[in-house]
Amino acid sequence: MMMNYFPDEVLEHVFNFLTSHKDRNAVSMVCKSWYRVERFSREKVFIGNCYAIDPERLISRFPRVRSLTLKGKPHFADFNLVPPDWGGFVYPWIEAMVKLGVHLEELRLKRMVVSDESLELLSRSFVSFKSLVLVSCEGFTTDGLAAIASNCRFLRELDLQENEIEDRRGHWLSCFPDSCTSLISLNFACLKGEVNLATLERLVARCHNLRSLRLNHVVPLDTLQKILGKAPQLVDLGAGAFVHDPDSETLNKLKNAIQKCTSIRSLSGFLEVAPCCLPAIYPMCLNLTSLNLSYAPGIHNNELIKLIRHCRKLQRLWILDVIGDKGLGVVASTCKELQELRVFPSDLYGVGNAAVTEEGLVAISAGCPKLNSVLYFCQQVTNAALITVAKNCPNFIRFRLCTLNPTIADPVTMQPLDEGFGAIVQSCKGLKRLSLSGLLTDQVFLYIGMYAEQLEMLSVAFAGGTDMGMLYVLNGCRKLKKLEIMDSPFGDVALLADIGKYETMRSLWMSSCEVTLGACKTIAKKMPRLNVEIIDEGDQMETSPDDRHRVEKMYLYRSLVGHRRDAPDFVRTL
Amino acid sequence: MDMSPEVSSYPEESELELGLGLSLGCGGVKAKGFPWGECGRILTAKDFRSGFPGKSSAAAVGGVSGTKRGADCVGPPEVGSASSGVSSQVVGWPPIRTYRMNSLVNQAKAAKTEEDNKGVDGNEKGKDISKKKVNHGSNKNDAGDREKGHSGFVKVNMDGLPIGRKVDLNAYSCYETLAETLEDMFFKSTTTICSIRGDKEQQTQPLKLLDGSSEFVLTYEDKEGDWMLVGDVPWGMFLSTVKRLRIMRTSEANGLAPGFQENNERKKGKPI
Repeated sequence: MMMNYFPDEVLEHVFNFLTSHKDRNAVSMVCKSWYRVERFSREKVFIGNCYAIDPERLISRFPRVRSLTLKGKPHFADFNLVPPDWGGFVYPWIEAMVKLGVHLEELRLKRMVVSDESLELLSRSFVSFKSLVLVSCEGFTTDGLAAIASNCRFLRELDLQENEIEDRRGHWLSCFPDSCTSLISLNFACLKGEVNLATLERLVARCHNLRSLRLNHVVPLDTLQKILGKAPQLVDLGAGAFVHDPDSETLNKLKNAIQKCTSIRSLSGFLEVAPCCLPAIYPMCLNLTSLNLSYAPGIHNNELIKLIRHCRKLQRLWILDVIGDKGLGVVASTCKELQELRVFPSDLYGVGNAAVTEEGLVAISAGCPKLNSVLYFCQQVTNAALITVAKNCPNFIRFRLCTLNPTIADPVTMQPLDEGFGAIVQSCKGLKRLSLSGLLTDQVFLYIGMYAEQLEMLSVAFAGGTDMGMLYVLNGCRKLKKLEIMDSPFGDVALLADIGKYETMRSLWMSSCEVTLGACKTIAKKMPRLNVEIIDEGDQMETSPDDRHRVEKMYLYRSLVGHRRDAPDFVRTL
Repeated sequence: MDMSPEVSSYPEESELELGLGLSLGCGGVKAKGFPWGECGRILTAKDFRSGFPGKSSAAAVGGVSGTKRGADCVGPPEVGSASSGVSSQVVGWPPIRTYRMNSLVNQAKAAKTEEDNKGVDGNEKGKDISKKKVNHGSNKNDAGDREKGHSGFVKVNMDGLPIGRKVDLNAYSCYETLAETLEDMFFKSTTTICSIRGDKEQQTQPLKLLDGSSEFVLTYEDKEGDWMLVGDVPWGMFLSTVKRLRIMRTSEANGLAPGFQENNERKKGKPI
């Protein structure tokens, strides 16, 4: 009641201290005046599903938006489950923001289709544009990057992570004018083509505030050496090629330059590497908090281990499974500050050579008390191991375990892995994200429904036995936002049991399950604020589809703006 | 030179196929209903429609739809224990981002090329490696046609060899690099065929597969089912229309394309 007597400026000032979207969303619900003040002062907006709302409505609610984060395709698009041209185009958003006079400064996109036209429009329209972050996007070429470089006069950040970018062998890097000195972060590690090295060196030299630089694989070691000499203030470095004659003058110069780079806390890249050169970076390792060698298959097991022994302050480690269980043991005894570990498979066509097993994970869980986030690809896992991990690490926020064989049982007991994952959800009361794999029955879902109270995202594949599995989850996990299921025997009974639930979630994906067209239609009919999309890749429902037909891929999500108008032919919105 | 007798028909389904991977070889996945020889095959919908792992113990994996998806499967299946009996080479599994998978494949290829270089001149030189590796930037043809977000794996068979291979076309930016890789794959690594190329030490090889000067020539089957000579159309167009590749005996390739006919006649006399 008292708060109504505060002038708006005071409220706004107070709200400025709220940085999380959740907090700001919460305050906007308190009363009308708070809603009003909050919406006019909101500068950063996060949209988890670009089809949940349209740009016009967004901008009319938040007219002063300066920073926009958008996510497009469903998560399983990462694994080739969503056909190309499904959607997620950013152009309409940029067009709308231009038309409505938004002063855009930051754009962060994930799994969206970004065309060169969008980048050009973006670069020409927003005078104070500062930051472009693209993660797992596609649809653009280096021509679009050239437009950004040429036209965004105050660009601070250009961060390209794991995008599919067509390289037109242009000179996009040379498009940064000589007057550009504002860059703080430049990441082009995912680019496949050549860059002009001299241009790169000059750019780095004149951007005195450059903190983060990630190079692609064509940038050789001697350029790296020169760059480090010019940018000793770097905090985050992604090396390109790290190959040279170890006895050379260049390598000596590199070592000297590294001595002066006392601020580096994060290291990645090494897209090509000659292991004999690696000792040059040991001095950097002492202060590293983040290390990503998951794109460096050239570093073998023993070199990895030698390197890691120097990294006592590591908090985040992304690595390939060549490290082996023994190597993970070294991590466990060295990296006591470790919070996040990701172990990726290096051998996609493996013939059973167990690079890492559950032993490695158990060792980490025992040695790293601060561990809260794990992504682990392994050949096998046992219930006993998972139970031990659960006991050692009650603080997991994210736990994703992927057995390379998706339905492998516990190799010791030949039992399903229900008990193991059950122990994880029971012990980790703050668990927000979980991915399961291995042989799993409905039992594991019973556990999840019972214990995973904070769970927001669940990924399921080849698991469960009956509709009960899915029902346990839908009934139990109150905070569930995203549920994605592939190749599991859940059908209409589970899907239709509580359709109101889906409005409390961001999205539901089901592919290769047992749901029928009729059930999907039922949901669409009863829930106008849900879009129910069927992806039909041609072999199913051509003429007069039967409601009893199984639906191969269904994606449903809540939306304030009804059916999307850009769906391709193979997407049918019911 | 002794060539094994040519297989006259193309019994696709029973051929072993090896993907371009970090480790070659095929485990003996004893999935229900698979004849032994098929362990390396791309899996399609036909293999999977028999139910779910929760219900039945062995082979069955949940349905994967359509042969279209077959192209997205990468590499041969892993060895699985007989009781799980499930191949991991299903679309969407293992859940690794396409970008990461493609990177691994490309890096593996570069590493293999590096090893070959080592064999050649005994030295590992940084510069040579960067020259040899695939430069995706040097796409001199109309790259706009290239399909994005698609894994681009196609089968490659060679006349006379029962074992086929698979390559990811997205890892190449032009015909020359593709031909080089195929030449390495088929002419260096197989022991049943002696190297057709005389001189291994040359860094810049004439492209035997593309110019009709060797006993073999590279052909492809397009979307319409026609067999064409590789190299006639812009690279991007080729990518969007190629279904599979075949290294064909030059003598068989008569009449594939008018331009080729001439070449064949000119070079007939060249010793092999």
